[in-house]
Amino acid sequence: MPEAVHGLGVSPGRAAGPAYRMAGPPVLPPAGPVADPARESALAAQALRDVAEHLERHAARASNPQAREILEAQSLIAADPALLESAEEGIAAGLGAAHALDAACARHREALLAAGGYFADRAGDLDDIRNRAVAAVLGLPMPGVPDPGHPYILIADDLAPADTAGLDPATVLALVTEKGGPTSHTAILARTLGLPAVVACRDAAGIDDGTLLGVDGNTGYVEVGIAEDVAAAIRLEAAARRERRAAGHGPGRTADGHPVALLLNIGSAHDLRAPEDAEGVGLFRTEFLFLDRRDAPSFEEQVAAYTAVLRALPGRRVVIRTLDAGSDKPLPFLRLPGEANPALGVRGLRTSRVRPEILDTQLDALAEAARGSDAETWVMAPMVSTVAEAAAFARRARERGLRHVGAMVEVPAAALHARRLLEVVDFLSIGTNDLGQYAFAADRQHGELADLLDPWQPGLLQLIAMCAEAGREASKPVGVCGEAAADPLLATVLAGLGVRSLSMAAPAVPDVRDALARRSLAECEAGARRALAAEGPAEARAAAGDAAG
Amino acid sequence: MPEKTVIIGSRSGLHARPAKMFVQAAARQGVAVRIRVGDRPPVPATSMLGVLALGAEHGTAVILQADGPGAEEALDSLAELLSRDLDAEEPADA
Repeated sequence: MPEAVHGLGVSPGRAAGPAYRMAGPPVLPPAGPVADPARESALAAQALRDVAEHLERHAARASNPQAREILEAQSLIAADPALLESAEEGIAAGLGAAHALDAACARHREALLAAGGYFADRAGDLDDIRNRAVAAVLGLPMPGVPDPGHPYILIADDLAPADTAGLDPATVLALVTEKGGPTSHTAILARTLGLPAVVACRDAAGIDDGTLLGVDGNTGYVEVGIAEDVAAAIRLEAAARRERRAAGHGPGRTADGHPVALLLNIGSAHDLRAPEDAEGVGLFRTEFLFLDRRDAPSFEEQVAAYTAVLRALPGRRVVIRTLDAGSDKPLPFLRLPGEANPALGVRGLRTSRVRPEILDTQLDALAEAARGSDAETWVMAPMVSTVAEAAAFARRARERGLRHVGAMVEVPAAALHARRLLEVVDFLSIGTNDLGQYAFAADRQHGELADLLDPWQPGLLQLIAMCAEAGREASKPVGVCGEAAADPLLATVLAGLGVRSLSMAAPAVPDVRDALARRSLAECEAGARRALAAEGPAEARAAAGDAAG
Repeated sequence: MPEKTVIIGSRSGLHARPAKMFVQAAARQGVAVRIRVGDRPPVPATSMLGVLALGAEHGTAVILQADGPGAEEALDSLAELLSRDLDAEEPADA
């Protein structure tokens, strides 16, 4: 009998295949005397050559152009003669190859950190090169995404963005991590790529490479050591699901035709690969314009970026979120002081308390872009806590001619006052990730608290229900744009609670559309009632599944 | 030694893709080119780490220098590259 281990299912679907583990960073042996410096130099040179070639090979195979650029740049860093020179200096000073490479990478890492800003972001590349080069010298398995040469299920402690840049969705069948939560990078990446994923699965540590696994990204169960015929059955089911996903199209609606708009979460016009198929955009994060720079983007630059998105969606709704940054997502030009508790500090709309001109310019640019397009331009503020904040934001937006003005509900106080918020704004959009973090007083990045951040927590669902109810009373739209909207079963519950639009990463749309199309509104409502009444997230999930049949 | 000053045209500065394109182009020149910002010591234009550590942002003036036959042509070609907004250009092979 196969053994089952359990975690949190964070990206739906099933997959079967052999497990391969991402190796951790190599540990340096104690430094010892060096007998032959020339041999150490040759080892260091060979290791850097190997790493550069490895990265170049991966770059050539990467399907995503952005991933390819990152890998090519990394390969150039590994091949940089300056890096080898530094290592040789270390060897001349008495270090072995592994220690010399470690020190050389650390030194150049410092130089990049000193350059500051986005140059400092490349410091992570040197950590990666250090790990690979040291592993090569010591003869340890190459850290990073494994490459067994056939499709496999990736097992890892946790996945960071750098680990997954080269991850190929054609070879990775599913993700299983020991740490992480529903809003971790792994979860978001898996949903973006449409891969089944289970996180916070502690017992995955005991899975050996090559073991045949069956992964269920809905329930969070991982069956270890399944038989080949069981794997074949799961593969058949997965293929059927892919076919069903490909066949679905059109606007979101329940089986009895009640519309639930399926909108996209995007960061720029680049994310709109097939705008003609989209009902609209539910969350346009404008941060990308502001990242990687020392000065705020100009009015003209902003108008151009917003226009690019609005023009792609004539006649459709585009919900634009004003700058969501602050001490939690620092931007150099905001010049905000560090804070002991950034998640509770000056962030989101609060940033405009200290730098009001940035929001003014952004609203000017949004109004200008809206005038130049046929899209329905909706504008909303992040991290609204009080009615007064929402009213002030609405006034500033409407003064400029913006007609659809809304507030995000991420702070529990805003959910409690949803009814009053809707007296001053035209719509609400619930950001479930932050609403969960604040309602449960659990840091989104905290792996140990993943269960509290589960979007199926009945306490979180209750807050969403309050907002939806307020929307029904005021006849104003209430949507969800957090990761919760991308979970097909949860999407039916949200629809049952009265949420009128769901916004998610594009790859999540087909499964959500399919889940909604299989249930009547009454069935969604029954599922929602049972989920609200459930004791905990697992019970809520099970109850919603039963109710929906 | 021939020098040429150029303003970085790429929106993200001499970083990521623009840095990669510059380093690769420098490696294709038949002559050794160095690059610096202000009075700081120059670094080889073929060193990715050196180029990144310049911290040259959008609008930063950088000075290219090279010597010997072909130096002028190399400087012209690299300066032209740096003056463009390389972030806005699609990857040639995508």
